[in-house]
Amino acid sequence: MKPQVTIVDYGIGNLYSVGRAFEVCGADVIFASTPEEVAAARHLVLPGVGAFESGMAGLRERDLVEPIRTHAAEGKPLMGICLGMQMFATVSEEFGEHKGLDLIPGRVRALPHTTVEGEAQKVPHIGWAGLYKTPRAEWRETSLADVQEGDGIYLVHSFAVHTDNPEHQLAFSPFGGHAVCTVIRRGALIGCQFHPEKSGPVGLKVISAFITH
Amino acid sequence: MIARDVRLIARLDIKGPNLIKGVHLEGLRVIGDPQVYARRYYEQGADEIIYIDVVASLYGRSKLTEIVRHTAHDVFVPLTVGGGVRSVEDVKELLRAGADKVAINTAAVQRPQLISEVARRFGSQCMVLSIEAKQRSEGHWEVYTDCGREQTGIDAIDWARQAAALGAGEVLITSIDREGTRRGYDVELTRAISDVVGIPVIASGGYGNDTHLLDIVHQGGADAVAIADALHYDRTNLVEIRNAARAAGIQMRHLP
Repeated sequence: MKPQVTIVDYGIGNLYSVGRAFEVCGADVIFASTPEEVAAARHLVLPGVGAFESGMAGLRERDLVEPIRTHAAEGKPLMGICLGMQMFATVSEEFGEHKGLDLIPGRVRALPHTTVEGEAQKVPHIGWAGLYKTPRAEWRETSLADVQEGDGIYLVHSFAVHTDNPEHQLAFSPFGGHAVCTVIRRGALIGCQFHPEKSGPVGLKVISAFITH
Repeated sequence: MIARDVRLIARLDIKGPNLIKGVHLEGLRVIGDPQVYARRYYEQGADEIIYIDVVASLYGRSKLTEIVRHTAHDVFVPLTVGGGVRSVEDVKELLRAGADKVAINTAAVQRPQLISEVARRFGSQCMVLSIEAKQRSEGHWEVYTDCGREQTGIDAIDWARQAAALGAGEVLITSIDREGTRRGYDVELTRAISDVVGIPVIASGGYGNDTHLLDIVHQGGADAVAIADALHYDRTNLVEIRNAARAAGIQMRHLP
């Protein structure tokens, strides 16, 4: 039987590519926008683009905050993508302070506008970058199990997650010489700053590992 | 400056349901089904796919949205789509079909404010300014619209600077002089633009061999390179191009 994946649809734009990527990796995809649909999920995916505040507002308006938190508390698989990953954090500094889902203690902060050498660099960061292990991180038995260090992933972001506990960081990508956290993990919870649905075969490996674990 | 990965982009020009190719944006020949080619380039490791509907600004977009939807079905890298995009509504429709960015030329020249409207609504990362230019004299290039058919009298460098200030997230610069000739990219044009904008520049038109690619990155300052007929006619492929570029020291995406 095909694994069933529920993608949260909270009014933040196009979910077509995300849905297709999970389908080609062998999942039956359901889009969920009610608390009941989210509560019924086994594998849950929280995608997202745009501003943090409007993302959280989209979840609140549909009463989806509690069912997502419950899903995580029960230890069921949950993947956040881009803004979806950032919303796992406690708080974001994007356009003022905004509370997140608080599933992984940490803050969402602006990307550095200068390189480590102090030169100006372009933000948002758009494009491909390598994925690397954070110190002490173990990729085995996570959604990164089949990824090799340095494999390219596609990013579009202006903000990044800083976890309170370094052990919740699974991978980083270099940006102007800075190590920017691009994958976070806590139990069955995984957050990807990059877009697995736009990261070619590497992204599809991450999705496949998520739905089979 | 710390180098970023240079992107290798497959560019597919579309007319109706077909992938086509011309020289200097003229004398278009039908090549085949765009989705088949896009899928092939994805499998070869394209970092991005660009579709440009070359007659859309004349006759309106007919098949483009459908082609985008079918492509997004099995191509999992960013997709940039242009041709006949005139409004925020047009952008919304293409994004819904699976595009990640839109490229706008003619409508932006006619109404530059469109650039800001698209950037505000969908983010500047969505808004690619497409410039098609012909050299007029040393250091001067003129902007053309409607796929090389209409002169505008506008200076390409001034226009790029203005568009970046209005919120464009990227510039796709196509040299009409070089397009389809295999004589190499217009290095001076690309350099002049990348010197005045703080946003990534995609060079298009003229790829013939790997030396051209090194020149446009090193001397032209291109952040990304678009390749079209060399791929369509199977004279080379993206695996070979990537290997050659990396061997020459250009930083590119690492593929498994």
